[in-house]
Amino acid sequence: MKQSLTLGKVTKFIGLGFLSTIKDLFTGNIDKEDFKTLLRKTIVPLASILLFIGLWHMGAKALYNKEADFKIEKALTDQGQAAADAMEACIASGDVSCKPNTLPSPSQVWDSYKSLLRDHNIIAADKAAFKEKTAALNEKRVADGLDEITYTGRPSFVDQIFRSLKTVFAGFLLALLIAVPLGIFIGLSPTLKSAFNWFIQIFKPVSPVVWYLLVFMIVKTLLIDSNEDSSFTISFISVGLCSMWATLVNTAMGVSSVDKDYINVAKVLKLGSFQKIFKVVLPSSLPLIFTGLKITLSVAWMVLIAIELLAQSPGLGLFVWEEFQNGANDSNAKIIVAMFVIGIIGFLLDRLMLTIQNWVSFDKTDAI
Amino acid sequence: MSTIIEQNQSNIITDNGLFPSNEVMLDLKNLKKVYPTPKGDYVVLEDLNLQIRKEEFVTIIGHSGCGKTTMLSMIAGLNPISGGRISVLGKQIKGPGPDRGVIFQAPSLMPWMTALQNVLLGVNQVFPHATKAQRNDIAKYYLQKVGLEDAFNKRASDLSQGMQQRVGIARAFAIKPKVLLLDEPFGMLDSLTRGELQDILIEIWNKEKITAVMITHDVDEAIFLADRVVMMTSGPKAKIGDILDIEFERPRTRKSVLEHDDYYKYRKHLIDFLEH
Ligand SMILES: Nc1ncnc2c1ncn2[C@@H]1O[C@H](COP(=O)(O)OP(=O)(O)OP(=O)(O)O)[C@@H](O)[C@H]1O
Ligand SMILES: [Mg+2]
Repeated sequence: MKQSLTLGKVTKFIGLGFLSTIKDLFTGNIDKEDFKTLLRKTIVPLASILLFIGLWHMGAKALYNKEADFKIEKALTDQGQAAADAMEACIASGDVSCKPNTLPSPSQVWDSYKSLLRDHNIIAADKAAFKEKTAALNEKRVADGLDEITYTGRPSFVDQIFRSLKTVFAGFLLALLIAVPLGIFIGLSPTLKSAFNWFIQIFKPVSPVVWYLLVFMIVKTLLIDSNEDSSFTISFISVGLCSMWATLVNTAMGVSSVDKDYINVAKVLKLGSFQKIFKVVLPSSLPLIFTGLKITLSVAWMVLIAIELLAQSPGLGLFVWEEFQNGANDSNAKIIVAMFVIGIIGFLLDRLMLTIQNWVSFDKTDAI
Repeated sequence: MSTIIEQNQSNIITDNGLFPSNEVMLDLKNLKKVYPTPKGDYVVLEDLNLQIRKEEFVTIIGHSGCGKTTMLSMIAGLNPISGGRISVLGKQIKGPGPDRGVIFQAPSLMPWMTALQNVLLGVNQVFPHATKAQRNDIAKYYLQKVGLEDAFNKRASDLSQGMQQRVGIARAFAIKPKVLLLDEPFGMLDSLTRGELQDILIEIWNKEKITAVMITHDVDEAIFLADRVVMMTSGPKAKIGDILDIEFERPRTRKSVLEHDDYYKYRKHLIDFLEH
C-alpha cells in the first residue's frame, strides 16, 4: 500500500500519472470511477495510436501505389509495353533502382529502427575491440606525452543521438547562463529594461538559420588559428542564442513583477541587494523562470536539428540530412525513425523540466 | 513602570494639547500627500497633525478611501511624503527601516520559506551580531507567543490565513521595532479568528509595550485595543477629525470591556462620527 502510494506520487509528479492507474488494473484494486479514468487515460490514447498507425499504413500504401502506377505508365508511354512489364516486375521485386521512393510504411520504419540498432551494436562492438587493441599502445603514448589514438569510425545512430543531446545541453546551459542573470538585471532596473528592450524585440524573432550564420561568421574568425573542428562550438552557441529569449523575457518579467508586499517586506527589513535578490526576488520569480527554461529547452531541441544540418555538426540533424542525400533503399524509413526519436526525446526533455520545476517551485499548482 | 508614566501623563499634557517632546514617539507635522492623477493633482491628506506617545496603542478609523493606508505607508517610509514631516523620537525619518515594523493586511510571508525562516529573515537582519542559536531562540520565542510552536518548519504556503497572520505578528515583534504599524491586519479573517488574533496581539503587546498604530474598520476592535482612537475626516484633504481616549485599564479582557459602562458611550461616539 505504502509502496503504491509513493509510486502514484512519483508518477503523478513527473506527469505520467496514468502509469499508476495501469498498475492498479493489474493489482486488481480498481473501482468504477477509476475504470473510467483508466479508459480515458490509457485505452483512448492506445486506440488513437493504433488508428494513427493504420491511417499511416494506408496512406503510405496509397502513395506507393500512385508512384508505382506512374512509373509503369511512364515506361509504357516512353518505351512501350515491354519496358512497362519490366518496370512492373522490377517494382514487385523491390529492387532499389526502380522502387518507388515515397513515405515508408510503419513496418518499414520498424525494420529500419531494428537495423539501426543492429548497426549500433556492430559499431559498439567494433569500438570496444578497437579500444582493447589500442589500450596498451595508448598508455605508452600518454606516458610519452603523445595524444591517444581515438576511434574515428562512422558514428552509429545512437552515437548521433548522444551527440545531439550533448549539443542541446551545451546550448541550453549557455542560454541559461546568459539569460537568467541578464533577465534578473533587466527585471530589477527600469533603466536597463529600456536599454535592452529594443534589443530583445529585434533579436527575438530572428530565425535559427540567421543566428547560425552570425555565429559562424564570428566563431570562424575567432578560431581561425586553431585547427580544431569548430562545428560543435558553432552549433551549440547558435542553439543557445536562438533559444535563450523565452528565458530572458520570462526572467525579466518574473523579477519585475514580484509581489509588492514582498518588496515592501524587504524594504522594511532593509535587506541588502544580495539578500533581496536571493531571498526574495529569485525564489518568487522561480516559477516564471522555469516556464521560460522549459520553453528554451524545447526550442533548443527544435532548432538543433536545423542547425546541426547547417553546421555539418554530427548529430540527429546531420543524420537526417545525410540519409536524405544518400537515397538508399531505407533512407526514408530511417528519416522517419529519426523523426520519432526526435519527438520522443523532446517530450522526455519537457517532462524532465517539468519534474525539476515541480521540485524546486513553492507553487505546487500543476504547471503545464 | 507603566503607572508612573500614566501619572506623569496627566500632569504633563499641556494646554494646547501637545505632549512634551521627550514623551513623543511618533510625530506627524503638517503632513501632506498629493497623488498626481490624469485629472490633476489629488490632495489626499493636508495639514495632518498627530502625536503618538511612547508605549501607546492608537487605532485609526475613517471612511474607506480617506487616506489611512496612505498615512501609514508614509510613516513606514514606503510612500514618499509631499509636505510636512514625520519624526520618530524627534528624528525625521528617511525611507523605510526596521525601527518601524509593519504588519500588512495580507500576511505577506514568503510562501517558499517556513514559518521560522520568515521570522528569521527579519531577526537575522536586525541582530547581525547575535549567534545563530540566539537568533533562532528569538524567532522561536515569538512564534511560541503567537501559538505556533508546532509549526516552526511548516511552509508558509501550507498555513491557513489566520496562522500566516500569526507569523506576521511574530515577525513584526521579533525585530523589536520602536513603532509597530498595522494596516487592517485582521481585515481578511473570519470573526472568530479575528477575535483570537486580537487576543494574541494584545497579549504580546502588553508584554512588549511597543508603540502601535493600527488601522481598522471595526469599531469594537478599535475600542478594545486602543489607548486612543483617532478618527480621520473623509477625503480629499483628510485630517484628524477627533480623538477619543479609551480609559479602560490594562490588561483588558474582552468580557470586562464589553461589560464596562463606558463601552457604549465610546461606541456611540465613534459611530456618530462615522455617520456624519
Ligand atoms: N498610488 C496612488 N495613486 C493615486 N491615487 C491613489 C494612490 N493610492 C491611493 N490613492 C487614492 O488615495 C485615496 C486614499 O487611499 P488609501 O488607500 O490611503 O485609503 P484608505 O483610507 O486606506 O482606504 P481603505 O479604508 O479602503 O483601505 C483613495 O481615494 C485612493 O484612490
Ligand atoms: Mg487602506
